Amino acid sequence: MTNPSQSPIVIVVSRSLARVIQLFGIYVIIHGHYSPGGGFQGGALLAAGILLLRMTEGMEGSQVELPTALAMPTAALGALLFAVTGMAAWIGGGNFLEYAGLPIPGVEAVWLRHYGILVVEVGIGLAVTTALVSIFDDLVGKGDHG
Amino acid sequence: MNWKIEIVLYLLLLANALLALGVRNLLAAAVAATAFTFTVALLFLSMGAIDVGFTEAVVGAGIVGVYFIAAICQTTRKSRD
Repeated sequence: MTNPSQSPIVIVVSRSLARVIQLFGIYVIIHGHYSPGGGFQGGALLAAGILLLRMTEGMEGSQVELPTALAMPTAALGALLFAVTGMAAWIGGGNFLEYAGLPIPGVEAVWLRHYGILVVEVGIGLAVTTALVSIFDDLVGKGDHG
Repeated sequence: MNWKIEIVLYLLLLANALLALGVRNLLAAAVAATAFTFTVALLFLSMGAIDVGFTEAVVGAGIVGVYFIAAICQTTRKSRD
């Protein structure tokens, strides 16, 4: 499973298909405010693209996509982005995740909510993508914790 | 017209579940379980829960199937019981 595929057809098709899957994942994350989908679904799609390359190009060949050692720190970074955006709303007097209270001067509350949701979705997407890839790396025995 | 599609989907769901439980080859069982999940996602879509169906399709058919196959690669191919 962690060795590269011998067939050039499988390699070429999976390389181009993985880019389409990842592009759709980014679309789902960015359009998460007003259409079905969001950070979790888009992050799972991004992870599916990386897992496709992990299976066809092998563990060493797909380290360019997401290095195994970088997976868990990036997941922590995504969770931190979510929590910090949520707690930054306390500064302006709002509740947790009440984006209208974000401390950015000169921006209307409508746009604060718009971009606040976007930042939170990107944080969730980062965390989900890297956590799912890290679970796969641990399953096939190449994870950083044994 | 929707209920006809739903009946076909329910029958497909039962067939996939029985196949996943009955087959001896673990890889075939994993593929049948993935097909079961995808049928559940289609049923969610037919009920109008697009967000739930999308999540089910992405996670169940996209990620969990890969995890099943990765887990089978660590064990034997055939069921022994």
